[in-house]
Amino acid sequence: MPDYSWPAAENRTLIGKRISRVDSPLKVSGRAKYSYDYHGPEMLFGKILRSPYAKARIISIDTSAAEKMPGVKAVEIIQKPGTTVHWAGDEIVGVAAVDEPTAEDGIRAIEVKYQLLQHNVSDAEPPAGAGEAPGPMSEDDVWDAADQIQPAQVAAQMAQLGVKFKATEEMLAVWKKYDMPDEIIAAARTAPYHEEKEGASSSFFQKAAAQSQGEPDKAFAEADAVSEGLYGSPVITHCCLETHGSTAEWPDKDHLFVHISTQNVSGIPGQMAEPMGVPAANVHIHQDHIGGGFGSKFAADRWDMAAARLSKKADGKPVRMMLERDSELKVAGARPSAYARVKVAAKRDGTITGWQSQSWGTGGPGGGGMPPIPYVFAIPNQRKQHTAIRNNIGPARAWRAPNHPQAAVITMGALEDTAAKLNMDPLEMFLKNIELTKPRQDIYREELNIAADLMSWKSKWRPRGQNISGNIARGLGLSLHTWGGRGHASDCDLTLHPDGSVEIKLGSQDLGTGTRTCILIVAAETLGIPMDAITLNIGDTQYPPSGGSGGSTTIGGVSSSTRRAAVDAREALFEKVAPALNAQPADLECVNGTVRVKGDSSRSLSWKQACAKLGAMPLTVRGKNPDKTKPPDLTNSGVGGVQMAEVEVDTETGVVKVKKMVAVQDCGLVIDLKTAESQCHGALIMGITYALFEEKIMDQNTGRMLNPDMEFYRLAGISDIPELVVHMMTGKGYDERGVIGLGEPPVISPGAAISNAVANAIGVRVPFLPLTPDRVLAALGQKAGA
Amino acid sequence: MQDDPKKPLEESSGVSRRDFLKISGISAAAVPLIGTKVVEAAGQPIKVYGPGRVPVELTVNGKKHTLQLEPRVTLLDALRDNLEITGAKRVCDRGECGACTVLLDNKTVYACSVLAIDAQGKQITTVEALMQGGKLHPVQQAFVDTDASQCGFCTPGFVVATKVFLDKHPKPTPDEIRRGLSGNLCRCGTYHGIQQAIAQFAQKGA
Repeated sequence: MPDYSWPAAENRTLIGKRISRVDSPLKVSGRAKYSYDYHGPEMLFGKILRSPYAKARIISIDTSAAEKMPGVKAVEIIQKPGTTVHWAGDEIVGVAAVDEPTAEDGIRAIEVKYQLLQHNVSDAEPPAGAGEAPGPMSEDDVWDAADQIQPAQVAAQMAQLGVKFKATEEMLAVWKKYDMPDEIIAAARTAPYHEEKEGASSSFFQKAAAQSQGEPDKAFAEADAVSEGLYGSPVITHCCLETHGSTAEWPDKDHLFVHISTQNVSGIPGQMAEPMGVPAANVHIHQDHIGGGFGSKFAADRWDMAAARLSKKADGKPVRMMLERDSELKVAGARPSAYARVKVAAKRDGTITGWQSQSWGTGGPGGGGMPPIPYVFAIPNQRKQHTAIRNNIGPARAWRAPNHPQAAVITMGALEDTAAKLNMDPLEMFLKNIELTKPRQDIYREELNIAADLMSWKSKWRPRGQNISGNIARGLGLSLHTWGGRGHASDCDLTLHPDGSVEIKLGSQDLGTGTRTCILIVAAETLGIPMDAITLNIGDTQYPPSGGSGGSTTIGGVSSSTRRAAVDAREALFEKVAPALNAQPADLECVNGTVRVKGDSSRSLSWKQACAKLGAMPLTVRGKNPDKTKPPDLTNSGVGGVQMAEVEVDTETGVVKVKKMVAVQDCGLVIDLKTAESQCHGALIMGITYALFEEKIMDQNTGRMLNPDMEFYRLAGISDIPELVVHMMTGKGYDERGVIGLGEPPVISPGAAISNAVANAIGVRVPFLPLTPDRVLAALGQKAGA
Repeated sequence: MQDDPKKPLEESSGVSRRDFLKISGISAAAVPLIGTKVVEAAGQPIKVYGPGRVPVELTVNGKKHTLQLEPRVTLLDALRDNLEITGAKRVCDRGECGACTVLLDNKTVYACSVLAIDAQGKQITTVEALMQGGKLHPVQQAFVDTDASQCGFCTPGFVVATKVFLDKHPKPTPDEIRRGLSGNLCRCGTYHGIQQAIAQFAQKGA
């Protein structure tokens, strides 16, 4: 069996070095083609009519004027009358026209009548008792339930909870008209009627059962200090620079071809096939480059389906349907909010003994789950309880390290407050409790010490509020994080041609993380040839499937499948070449563009000469991940990272300036140190952005987002960027773990570290991100008033 | 870099907002006409385009193109959708992010905020023209060396803005960088690489 394991450090020529990104020259010269850049022959432009209301039932849709409009080529109703829309911006009708302005004119000519329903876009703290005893159901509740669960279950709920509306025959006739199942109509006639009780809980709140472990009551009773606080992060958006969308066309009536902006090239056909009525094998997906995804681009969305349907109606002509910026921010995904009231019990020496939390948050209509709190530190005695708020802000999507940044803000904030209460340096307190971070305590200990050196923590740190000169308060904060990151399923085809050219095919995608570069590094390292001697093809369903790029799973997946393919190709080549070199295949090696007898440069063939021995036909092998038949496991899971932030806060204006950030990060074996460091730099910057600026602000009156643009949904600019120091943990103790993903981990801690630094600077916690001037001033005002 | 990219260009369409109000007030007869018309407003002859498609001549990267465009079409959409020159990206829809930065007579503009008809008679330079003889411009090379792109969607705009900024400030101070490049936004967080690219360029004095 060939040795598939990663080469030892002393034998690596490319792996772990700083290698420039291979697609940079295309990107810096404008030649990189994104899905948004694709322009098909006779292409039409698609636009979507969206609901202006956060919750409404569609009563009627009149598209006749739009259909008659010159230049409009197809109209497609996306949600029929009778459907309930659950957020402002929800898709109603799609239009395809000869150009964009005409498509917009077409949209304006459509008339939709709505019945408005009561919406909620707030994620404020649920009132006491909310979600505990659901009251009788409203008409809205019944429609909602009918959208989500089986008719029999809805009927059972109605019988059990009762209803708070009088089911008139008129009402039920409307229900019938809009396809309400008969079983539910029957239940409405028999369900007990209850008047609405004052303060009865609405269906907005879903209270989960309390969880506890250890002996929380005892821990709090015996604590030397109990710290209490409020922490949280709001809903934010992904704000990908390339908006969501696609261009769909039908080369013939049975085949669909889609250029889509996606993190999931291989997975899209399976999502589109059934709705489009064609086999998945007939759906061809292509994407060269993607302008950002961050977790929001795994699906073929409703607008993509609409583009495909509009194209079909327009004789198969390509229909480009890319979202406008406002729609991107309103409907194309958001990170759930998470807030918590936390109590921490500790001993005088800093030992943390107990955790108690009441948390809440929203992920839109689906509610959402509890973030993993307490985070990283497995506190022995805990009691926690979470209430999910189901509301009408639009759907949530995975956002880089789902739930972890929120968990870090809550946990690291509560622990820092506890250290402050004990008059301890939080670095000392974190080290004191490092055993609670098992099984990564050794990694964290080492990283904390390195980070402290890089930040000059010990010389710079002062107790809370004791580093103020004039209006400027300075402070330091820290946070720890973890993530899984095991490689996903990936198939890689590697072909050696008799003329010496090498080709790799892999249905993955490069999100800007350096996937192309890393695949080429692994193949070139294994075959002993230059990276530019290999042609790499990714981003197409004609290539072997590779998993979606989410959860930091890509690097482990593609590097492992590529390594196995390259080793197998090399072994096959050795078989062919050995007789010419008078040697056994096992005695050969690939070095510096030659195939030679190990250590003997006098018995060698050039790469080209060696490949000529393949004969007339090229040789193709397939590498897979995972592959238990070809050990060892080349990828692993579970990283540790530490970050520290230094801030300056102007106590008169409330403006927070980040002055320096340090990231110390482990990700097992690093394939490309340069792109790995860039991931960390980028994550720190994205973290500064969500710590200081980002919030999807909803208006409770209208149910709409107030800042769906890039002026008021602010991203950090170059002037917001402080000194950034990134240290990757490499070498012994790290490399031998195998390759682990890096996309998520470094974006987890910045919010928590910056929040802690601000608390350290101004002497009081600013409870919620983003740390805007008004929130800072409010916290300072409370402190002064206290 | 123009000091404030959001400031309207001087000498833009030749029809100021005030003139436009006057025209709409005085010359309803001009509206149904197709093609360019000259009307008198405030005693001055003023060109009026449209409302239908009108011939538009654009000089892009040294090459002349004649297009039939509605007057409401932006320079960005004309470049991307009519000429298929796609280096400049559409991101924010209007004047907030700089991803569509191109040069008009060697001044940076947001191509989304200039009408194609107003770019006539001017030299339009896009990111595609910075490479010479198949070789990257030194600013582009610096971006490659310092890994100043990730997804790369903001990169073309940033490269154009940085090139012009460095033409004016070959040895920029950190403060000049902060002010000079604040008109471009990135989501992946490549600003660190861009700062390094500028430092590399300034050091080499390329």
